[in-house]
Order: sequence, then C-alpha cells, then structure tokens
Amino acid sequence: MVLVFIDVAEGHVKKASFEVLTYGAKLAEQLSTTAEGIVLGSVTEDLSALGKYGVKKIYQVNNETLDHFDSQVYTNVIAQVAQATGARVIVFSNNVDGKAVAPRVSARLKAGLVSGAVGLPDTSNGFVVKKNVFSGKAFANISLTTEIKIISLSPNAYKIEETVGSAEVVPFNANVPSSKTKVTAVNKVSGEVPLTEAEIVVSAGRGMKGPENWGIVEDLAHALHAALACSRPVADAHWRPHNEHVGQTGIAIAPNLYIAIGISGAIQHLAGVNRSKVIVVINKDPEAPFFKAADYGIVGDAFEVVPKLTEAIKKIRGAA
Amino acid sequence: MKILVCISKTPDTTAKIAFTSNNTKFDAAGVQWIINPYDEWYSLVRAIELKEADASTIIHLVNVGLADVEPIIRKALALGGDEAIRVNTDSHDSFYVASQIAAIVKQGAYDLVFTGKETIDYNGSAIGGMLAELLELPYISLATKFDLAGSKATVSREIEGGEEICEVELPVVVSCAKGVAEQRIPNMRGIMAARTKPLKVVEPVAADVLTNVQSFGLPPAKAGVKLVAPDNVDELARLLREEAKMI
Ligand SMILES: Cc1cc2nc3c(=O)[nH]c(=O)nc-3n(C[C@H](O)[C@H](O)[C@H](O)COP(=O)(O)OP(=O)(O)OC[C@H]3O[C@@H](n4cnc5c(N)ncnc54)[C@H](O)[C@@H]3O)c2cc1C
Repeated sequence: MVLVFIDVAEGHVKKASFEVLTYGAKLAEQLSTTAEGIVLGSVTEDLSALGKYGVKKIYQVNNETLDHFDSQVYTNVIAQVAQATGARVIVFSNNVDGKAVAPRVSARLKAGLVSGAVGLPDTSNGFVVKKNVFSGKAFANISLTTEIKIISLSPNAYKIEETVGSAEVVPFNANVPSSKTKVTAVNKVSGEVPLTEAEIVVSAGRGMKGPENWGIVEDLAHALHAALACSRPVADAHWRPHNEHVGQTGIAIAPNLYIAIGISGAIQHLAGVNRSKVIVVINKDPEAPFFKAADYGIVGDAFEVVPKLTEAIKKIRGAA
Repeated sequence: MKILVCISKTPDTTAKIAFTSNNTKFDAAGVQWIINPYDEWYSLVRAIELKEADASTIIHLVNVGLADVEPIIRKALALGGDEAIRVNTDSHDSFYVASQIAAIVKQGAYDLVFTGKETIDYNGSAIGGMLAELLELPYISLATKFDLAGSKATVSREIEGGEEICEVELPVVVSCAKGVAEQRIPNMRGIMAARTKPLKVVEPVAADVLTNVQSFGLPPAKAGVKLVAPDNVDELARLLREEAKMI
C-alpha cells in the first residue's frame, strides 16, 4: 500500500496535497497496489472528495493536539498508521511541513528517504527515484532498498490529475503524545499567492533601482495572479522581504512561468529557478546571462516594457 | 548553555557541475570548496551571537567527513566557536550522518543543535529532522528567527505565504534559513585564533546507510531564447498565451 500524507493548514487541504495524492495513486497503479491517504487533525473541507485524485481510503486522526503542526507528534502518529496499515511506500510533499516530518519518519522507521523527488520511481529493476541535486543544476537517481520507502515530492513537479471517485474516510484511533512546542502566532502575508505553490512567479532584481519602483512589478504580478520573488541583493538590501529571495541560497521554485525583470541571471540565481517550465527575461543588456536560460525575452528597459506587458496581459485575459 | 553547530562542505556556488566514472561520481577536479552557506551564514553566526550575549555559552562545531574537510572546519572556527569535532568517515547518506551526529550530541549533552536548512549540493534538508528523531527531541525546521530566554526558545519558521512563531523548551534541534542571522566575514584575529582551537577527530559509530546514489545527470539544455522587440510587447503576451499556453 502507498500511504500519502495529506498536508493541511488551518483546516484546508494544501494544493501540494493534490499533487502527492495524484502521484501516490499513479505510483500505486505502477506497483499494482492501492493508495490511501492520512490526514491529521480537523479539516473543514469534505475529505471524501479527495477520492477524485485516485485514493480509495483516507485515515483521519482527529485530536486537537494535531491541529497544530509539530513534527515530533506528527511523526509518532504517522508511524503508527503506517505500521498498522502495512504501508510500503509513504509519500510526502517536500514542502515546509514535509521537510520537517519526512526525515523524522525515515529515521523512526529506518525507511530510506528521497527528498525532492521529481518523478515516479523506476521500478523496472529495483526502486530508483530521480531527485534534484546541486540546487537544480543536476539530478541524481537514488536507489532505495529498505522495506519501507519514503518519497517527498518536489512541489510543482507532478501534474495534478482529477478523475471521478470518492474516498472512504476512516477514523483512526492513534495514541497522540503531547506536544513540546507551542504555536503562539501565525503571520500570513494576506492576499498573496504563496511563492512555493505559485504557478506563475514575477521576479525582479537590482535593475529595478530601488524599492520605490516595485509598483509596476506588483501590477504585473496582480494581472497574472502571480507570486512575487526577487534576487538575493534585493532581499539583502531590504528592498523586499527575505521570503521572496529565490536562488541557490534562497527558495528554490519550479513554477510553470517565471518572469525575470532586471535580473542578470547569475549562476546562483539560475540554480533556484531553472526548473521553471517557461522562463521570460526582461533585461536591457542583451549580454545578460539570463537570456541563455530563457524561453522568451525582451531586450529593453523594464520601466517601459513591464507596464506595457501588464496592459497586454489584461487585454488578452479580458478578451478570453 | 552548550550549542552544537553542524557544518558541511559544499562545492563553491560557481563550481562547474560535472560527473565522472560513468556518471556515478561528482567530478571534484578544480572545484573550490566552501562551508555550506546555510551553515556558515545563519546557524554559525546565530550561535556566535548567542555567545556574545552570554559569554558562558560553549559552541562546538561538528562535521562528518574525511580529513580533507579540515580547511573548511578551520574556516568556520575563524568565524567563531570554541572547538570542532570531526567524525572520521565518509558521509554516506543523510541517515548515516545523522546517526553519527546523534552519538556526538548524546555524549556532549548539548542544549541546542543547529543545522543549515539544507546543503546546496544534495539538497536533502533531512539531517536535522533525522537527528531530532534519533534523539527524541523537538525539531523546528526552516527557522527564520531564533531567540532565547533562559531555557525557552522562541522560533519563527517559514510556512506557505508567511511565518509561524512557536515556543519550545531546550533541548531542541533547529534548521536555520535566511533571516536567522546575517553573513559575517572572518577577521584576522579570528583566523589566527582558529589555528590553535582544538579540532578533535573521533571514529564513527556503527550505523545504517539507507540510500544509494545510482547515477547523476544534467538537465537538458534550453532550445534557445525567442526574442520579442520592446515595441511589440503584445506579441509576447500572444506567445505566452497561444504558444506557451501559460496565461
Ligand atoms: C555564495 C553565493 C550565493 C548566492 N546566492 C544567490 C541566490 O540564491 N539568489 C540570487 O539571486 N543571487 C545569489 N547570489 C548573488 C548572485 O551572484 C548575483 O550577484 C545576483 O543574483 C545578482 O542580482 P541581480 O541580477 O538582481 O543584480 P545585478 O547582477 O546587478 O543585475 C541587474 C540586472 O538588471 C539589468 N538592468 C538594469 N537596469 C535595467 C532596466 N532599466 N531595465 C531592464 N534591466 C535592467 C542589468 O542589465 C543587469 O543584468 C549568490 C552569490 C554568492 C556568492
């Protein structure tokens, strides 16, 4: 059985969970077994509807301790469910919660972990999972031989597929230990699309000259319903918040569309964004290295091009 | 207060990534090695700041690796830290490394263990969590802020579209990301002092290796950029819609 961890925030199932559910169902098909889900804590949405991603059964452990994320408590409970249900593969998203829990579950169950997987395993001869290494500059094929195997799937690496189907929601009675961590506040940057989940990202660099000029970047992002990102010097100079810094030493992202404005395309920047499916570069320097990594480009002044692009997009989207 | 800071070495961020031996080994020829930036810029500097605030704090650095890591360990000691421990073995995989560090933590009775958010070569983001589980300790990952009052830590961690603030009693394992501290440059005094700081070498404990790298590869190169004239921006919007099907 393939057990898929369904990650929830404030009672809502995260988008990354739809990806791992689809992935888990496909993997189960490949291994001629079934995919089942596990969800911890209370959820306001109808869980049975997640059956449309291909899972037949969802175990829910309802206990108010689980309404706050604690990697230690979560690990304990996931391990209980995995052992009781005989899970052979456990799938997580390699998102913020997955990064905290998957390694713990791996250590607890002595189950080999591939974090940041980018596709289904090759099971023709063993169990080999492809993952990104060197911050996206290369990939590695990792072989797992442990009895239980853990995969944490890179966000945005696997396409969500919906079919028809409904999952049976089964309450699971687990022993829930008390939590040693206490969440005192959650600060959401309201109205924004989370960077790691965004399908479109609009990113800008030092070419914008100063934080006061970000209006045109924000307008473009708004028109595209995109998340905002920036290069490292922009975050270091506090023009933009740290959580927008993408690249080798920032956040690694793989959106469908990445629009880079006034960013030179240094190797450390490219490392974190080169898995984007389509890259658009707007830069006034025709020699900017970013053009070599781009699919579309405009050699021009961002201050002129960006507002025009925003208008063009509004027009084309409005017309549809 | 005893802090253990996990340090690893990674290829310089500009290093050319290539593989040898039929794509099974990283080609280290001509590669410059650096301290993994997350370890250096964030965890180590934050530990040093905690010591600056409370001089009785003891900072140890730990690395699991062979003798060739020692220059990197000395570089880290030049920034700060009282002594370093090197576990003399190849760093086979995350679980193996975490098992080695767990043995060190148990012996040294550390109150706080810092790791970087991930290494920039294997991007595992796994050692901290595994270590915490082996030690049965709480684990706060992707910390963007870390404060201490007595034995209570207040930590902000990255979440989708924001941050979560939590409190936890020591001992705890924390993985550090941007925001926890700001990069520092070692000064001459630090570099001199690092030469004589103790660097203990200990032998590894028996531990399992759970994963094996079968091969490496490079992503396919891009087909080439399609340029659109700056006075024809509508055309870019059209291409993104009709050709790329992105908007
Ligand atoms: C160890 C290490 C780690 C690093 N990690 C990262 C990382 O994670 N992420 C990251 O981004 N960087 C990282 N860097 C920094 C990286 O090397 C570059 O310095 C950085 O990415 C450059 O940022 P930039 O492109 O915004 O600025 P610049 O390199 O200054 O480029 C600005 C660009 O804007 C263009 N421009 C100027 N004016 C205009 C205009 N009016 N219209 C259009 N274009 C214009 C210029 O032609 C230029 O190409 C790292 C560096 C090191 C050493």
